[in-house]
Amino acid sequence: MKYVGFVWKNVWRKKIRTSLTILSVLVAFLLFALLSAIGYAFKSGADAADAERLVVIDKVSLINPLPIAYRDRIATTEGVRSVTYASWFGGYYQDPRVQFPQFPVDPYEYFSMYPEFEIPRERLDAWANNRQGAVLGRELAEQFGIEVGDRMPIQATIWTKADGGRTWEFDIEGIFENEDPRSSSAFLLFQYDYFDEARAFGKGTVGWYVLRVAPGSDPVQVGNAIDAQFANSPNETETSTEAAFAQSFAKQLGNIALIVTLILGAVFFTLLLVSGNTMSQSVRERINELAVLKTLGFSDGAMLGIVLAESITIMLIGGLLGLGIGWIVVQGAAQAMGACLPGIFLSPQAMGTALVIMLGAGIVAGIFPAVKAMRLSIVDALARA
Amino acid sequence: MRTIRQVFAVTALNLRNLPQRLASSAVAVVGVGAVVLVFAAVLSMAESLQRTMLSTGADDAAVVMRSGSTSELNSTLLNDQVLIVANAPGVLKDGDRPVMSAELYVVTDIRKRSNNTDANVPFRGVQAGAFDVRDNVRITEGRMFEPGKNEIVVGQAAQSEFVGLDIGQSIRFGQIEWAVVGTFEAGGSVSESELWTDVRVLQSAYRRGNSFQSVRVRLESPESIETLRQALDEDPRIDPDVLTERDYYSSQSQGLVQFIKIVGYPLTILMAIGAVFGALNSMYSSVSVRGKEIATLRALGFGPTAVLISTIVESVLLALVGGLLGGLLAYLVFNGFQASTLNGVSFSQVVFNFAVTPELLGQGLKAALAIGVAGGLFPAVRAARLPVAQALREL
Repeated sequence: MKYVGFVWKNVWRKKIRTSLTILSVLVAFLLFALLSAIGYAFKSGADAADAERLVVIDKVSLINPLPIAYRDRIATTEGVRSVTYASWFGGYYQDPRVQFPQFPVDPYEYFSMYPEFEIPRERLDAWANNRQGAVLGRELAEQFGIEVGDRMPIQATIWTKADGGRTWEFDIEGIFENEDPRSSSAFLLFQYDYFDEARAFGKGTVGWYVLRVAPGSDPVQVGNAIDAQFANSPNETETSTEAAFAQSFAKQLGNIALIVTLILGAVFFTLLLVSGNTMSQSVRERINELAVLKTLGFSDGAMLGIVLAESITIMLIGGLLGLGIGWIVVQGAAQAMGACLPGIFLSPQAMGTALVIMLGAGIVAGIFPAVKAMRLSIVDALARA
Repeated sequence: MRTIRQVFAVTALNLRNLPQRLASSAVAVVGVGAVVLVFAAVLSMAESLQRTMLSTGADDAAVVMRSGSTSELNSTLLNDQVLIVANAPGVLKDGDRPVMSAELYVVTDIRKRSNNTDANVPFRGVQAGAFDVRDNVRITEGRMFEPGKNEIVVGQAAQSEFVGLDIGQSIRFGQIEWAVVGTFEAGGSVSESELWTDVRVLQSAYRRGNSFQSVRVRLESPESIETLRQALDEDPRIDPDVLTERDYYSSQSQGLVQFIKIVGYPLTILMAIGAVFGALNSMYSSVSVRGKEIATLRALGFGPTAVLISTIVESVLLALVGGLLGGLLAYLVFNGFQASTLNGVSFSQVVFNFAVTPELLGQGLKAALAIGVAGGLFPAVRAARLPVAQALREL
């Protein structure tokens, strides 16, 4: 600890060089923060998935509907605790370019299946009692400036009504919250009963089923049992865990993880070069001084530590600043683009990784100059001057 | 004139002793190289996607869907509505048969070769007219599917991207086995990501009765789109959206391309800023290492302008070398690289090939040049202003 002041003075010996190095490090970690937040969004909340929830879809494709009659057969399958269903509505509010999901569901079943979404009991009751009622997530309500009691017309792109109309009007009965920043609440829910009655075609079908397995049951076995029941029927099913279902979407987007890793690899390789070069220059310039320190009796270990500490300090200043700015940007982006890129989130794991990288890069960049300083022969170094 | 000679002399001197400053110069080179690499990758991804989607669309072909559908997948048209469209004014006729194809567009799960997971592959049911409506589509291998049979022809891009689509193989979706009988090309357009079969067969396989999702027609001329749109708008039996094929595909690609740009551009700009810091750092250190040398030159009578310009030239040259290396690497890694992604609008995969074009590389080099100038300017000013006497006394 007694060297802290000394190290700090050395860090700022060449102000321009140190500032530029810190700025390079800052940019690198800002990029790291942004890329990992975006990467997180692409995982579509696979981390937030509930391990006891399974999703049942048509085996051929998610776009094929399943009969509503499957509900009871799934519910009576051994190991299934509860089951509910949802469909894809695919409409828009005012602007067709602003996309957000809408799902026709069963009010009580849905909220008991997804306890992470919180809605006041009286709002849920009010919704259940209003056939044309709907509830939406806080993010969405704020984005569109919608409050309970408003009427919200949604334009359908798929589901025309039996009367030929494409506008579905909903009374907003409630707003639900999602405290978990890892998943999004930017969607709207309305009653399946109303949906099925009013739509022009496709009656008696749902998009997919969601079920919760009973405690102690093996989700994989339950999934297999369900798929076996519907094998060789016109609608064969594919049951997967919620996490696997979310991941299958992330994978469809292509290998985002690989691209992110490539970019970060290029950035950090450059970063190591920049800071390694700064450190070796700074040691080269002070060879005399270091020799004097040794003459005064500073140990080899102290020499090593002083140089390494300098390198790590520069990394930490730049890295923490970059991470901090990244965190602010991600918070802002999550609010501004919540609907178009839901689930941007700088996870604690990513921040931990960043810290490890800062320390690691500080050590790697400083180790060669530090060893050089440690091995310095006093006589040679002083003679060179 | 003297200044120019001096610039050459000092620059040559700088470049000759560049090897002594190898480490710090390498930092500048690699930094700029990384920027150009990422820049080229992002831009070529956005451009290749756009090119793939837009080259599908012709101006003299129209897509008719149910109004408000935004995408074929969402639309429904009944058989009598299809006939209304086919017989509307503006549609090109071959003899007295309109050149048209009523189509059904569904999505089916097939494994991707690259990551071995299921992806939403577009599966299109077409009528015989499909090959006349789109004039760039032709069978390259095998044969056309026979109407009424469970046979498919697959686009070239789909064949190389997904598992089990080689000619002679059969693939099972749900209860039905489909035989792959041919491969088609479509001028590198998005159609090459699709599987095609007879629309009647697809209707029964997907239990769609006698309904379609879109009608494609060949127009008499690009201007006929207005005639067609007006005629259909006035017809009370149908409520359609009428778009030229080009407009349709440009609306389909917008979201995806914009997304890549919204995410990719800021990242590239950030990286460029980082590279400017790297270049600044290495040029400052170059100036400080050469302090005595510069002072000697000044004492010998070389002007400050020569020192200034030569420093900028050094920085620009380093940046250009980095830019070239980054561009070359981008070309070697990404050019011709096949990738696919999910287009949210059509809820299906688009297969595209990265093209790292000369224009793109040119843009990358321009960015490198800008970084070189920005990184060299301030150090150059410092070099030119170096107080001669003091610099000579140092060290």
